[in-house]
Amino acid sequence: MPSASPEAGSRSFLSRLRNGDEIARIITFIFAATVVLITVLLVLQLWHDSALSRHKFGLHFFATRVWDPIAEEFGALPFMFGTVVTASVALLIAVPLGLGAAIFLAELAPQKVSDSLQFFIDLLAAVPSVIYGLLGIFIVVPLMRSYIQPALKATLGFLPLFQGPAFGVGFLTAGIVLAIMVIPYIISVSREVLLSVPRDQREAALALGSTRWESTWKVVVPFARTGIMGSIFLALARALGETMAVTMVVGNAPNISASLFSPGYSIAAVIANEFTEATGQIYVQALIELGLVLFLLTFILNGLARLLLVVTTQKGSGMGHV
Amino acid sequence: MVVLALGGIVLAQNALLINGAGATFPNPIYSKWFDEYHKSNASIQINYQPVGSGAGIKQATDGTVDFGATDGPMSDEQLKAYSDKHGSGILHFPTVLGAVVPTYNIPGVTTTLNFTPEALAGIFLGRITKWNDPAIAGANKGVKLPADDIVVVHRSDGSGTTYVFTDYLSQVSDDWKNKVGKNTSVNWPVGLGGKGNDGVTAQVKQTPNSIGYVELIYAAKNKIPFGAVKNAAGVFVTADLAGVSEAAAGAAKSIPDDFRVSIVNAPGKKAYPISTFTWLLIPAKFSDAAKRDAMKGFVKWAITDGQKFTEELDYAKLPKEVVAKELKAIGSIQ
Repeated sequence: MPSASPEAGSRSFLSRLRNGDEIARIITFIFAATVVLITVLLVLQLWHDSALSRHKFGLHFFATRVWDPIAEEFGALPFMFGTVVTASVALLIAVPLGLGAAIFLAELAPQKVSDSLQFFIDLLAAVPSVIYGLLGIFIVVPLMRSYIQPALKATLGFLPLFQGPAFGVGFLTAGIVLAIMVIPYIISVSREVLLSVPRDQREAALALGSTRWESTWKVVVPFARTGIMGSIFLALARALGETMAVTMVVGNAPNISASLFSPGYSIAAVIANEFTEATGQIYVQALIELGLVLFLLTFILNGLARLLLVVTTQKGSGMGHV
Repeated sequence: MVVLALGGIVLAQNALLINGAGATFPNPIYSKWFDEYHKSNASIQINYQPVGSGAGIKQATDGTVDFGATDGPMSDEQLKAYSDKHGSGILHFPTVLGAVVPTYNIPGVTTTLNFTPEALAGIFLGRITKWNDPAIAGANKGVKLPADDIVVVHRSDGSGTTYVFTDYLSQVSDDWKNKVGKNTSVNWPVGLGGKGNDGVTAQVKQTPNSIGYVELIYAAKNKIPFGAVKNAAGVFVTADLAGVSEAAAGAAKSIPDDFRVSIVNAPGKKAYPISTFTWLLIPAKFSDAAKRDAMKGFVKWAITDGQKFTEELDYAKLPKEVVAKELKAIGSIQ
């Protein structure tokens, strides 16, 4: 392959076509374009099917707290709030846990231990979300109500985050169940990325007299930063869009509350719950508009995360040269 | 076996295929009926998709299915939308009856609690917040009710069960009617949402001092304890199939010709007040004569011979007054 590359520029289109390069390029381009096309079509369809609702509610849709199918008053705010809060709680728990586990598996654990643990992690990632939901409702919820929430109230109860009655279900519980669901993604992807960091990097750091932990934390992890962020994006997307498990443990009440103990609702959950029995055009369209809002929300959050990545990578690579 | 299976396929190919969609609540009995009816009428094959009442009404209106099914009658606007599109109307045919029961979990209370309409409306409006409130305690003399907060649990998914329950609350409480209303999903003043009968049940079982509502069938099958409700005649009735049929019989005298009637809070001493019909939605005019005849034949069979399958599946039978009236109405399908 390396010997062919100097000639590549001078070869004609036809000969490249004959050699298969051009065909491969065209085919893979079509595949890549399909992804964009599907996304665009999806947004267009949601946009088109929510026309009535968009015209009737306008920007108020984003600011209204009422969701009343009888009066046909619809607002997305409590659902947006619930989606963002549950996903944030999930990432706050899952990122340190997942990253820590990935570092151990990639850098510190013996190969055999790492590989066999990886097998279990892949298994976890394949568990259907309704199973997590059932575990949530029958195990996590009672634990939360009887032990964790009272304990949090007793110790951190002065914070508005941990006040109010302990129902068991709510933002915090949904966040915890989501965290359990997304951790395998973070571990799996981050571990692969960490393992692919070149050996030279580690050896160079060790040769300069750093300890094993210093080479891991100051060299390997910054080197793998982009890939680790990628695993977090994946986790975020999953957390934002998760439906079954969330609806089973979040309480399904469109509340906006400072307390994480409060029952809430998420966009994906309300769509799944109400779409089949939604009667009346405006009701159905409001639900479709919620789908559009979820798209927008995912887009914005992903954009912000990417921005963070760009900012921190520049700093990271600067450190890399030292 | 193979020959039998092949024979089945050939038969199915020659069979007249009728498609329906709608309510999930009557799905077990409908499946049984379509299966039984196909056994005795091999040339007719009816497919039913339990996609929900709202979706059933929508698909019937769009004309993507031959018939619909719903737990709550179509509104006047929905009927108008249908006849605007098709040039003729759509008819409601009650098929079986169901009921909704209040279920609760109060530590230390094992007796069946009595609920007055005022107590139920007050609890679900969020006005009655403690179990020892006089509105509850007054109807339960001798039961030691705790001074704890009531945790209200309702359905989070749009559902015919919610429709019937809110229809009942609207009937017995003007406050409920004006503030909340009746629908498959409503803007609940208080409480947590559980998904499905099982979600509500799980939530109630796990949460001390909670109250929720579930379908009678679900409660009966899963042996979930539930409370008695005071009916229009002032009697506390624990729901059973006879009480539900009684409610329909009580309402039968005043049943309108289009069968769009709510039987909540029906008169009659034995009538269980949170009862409902579930309906098939059949077009008044078919373009395909074979389908029309098949559909007419099926509905006639379902409300007469088909009723014998109801009890094993825990549905309440149609009272004979209603059957007689429906048999007349079937004749009007063109």
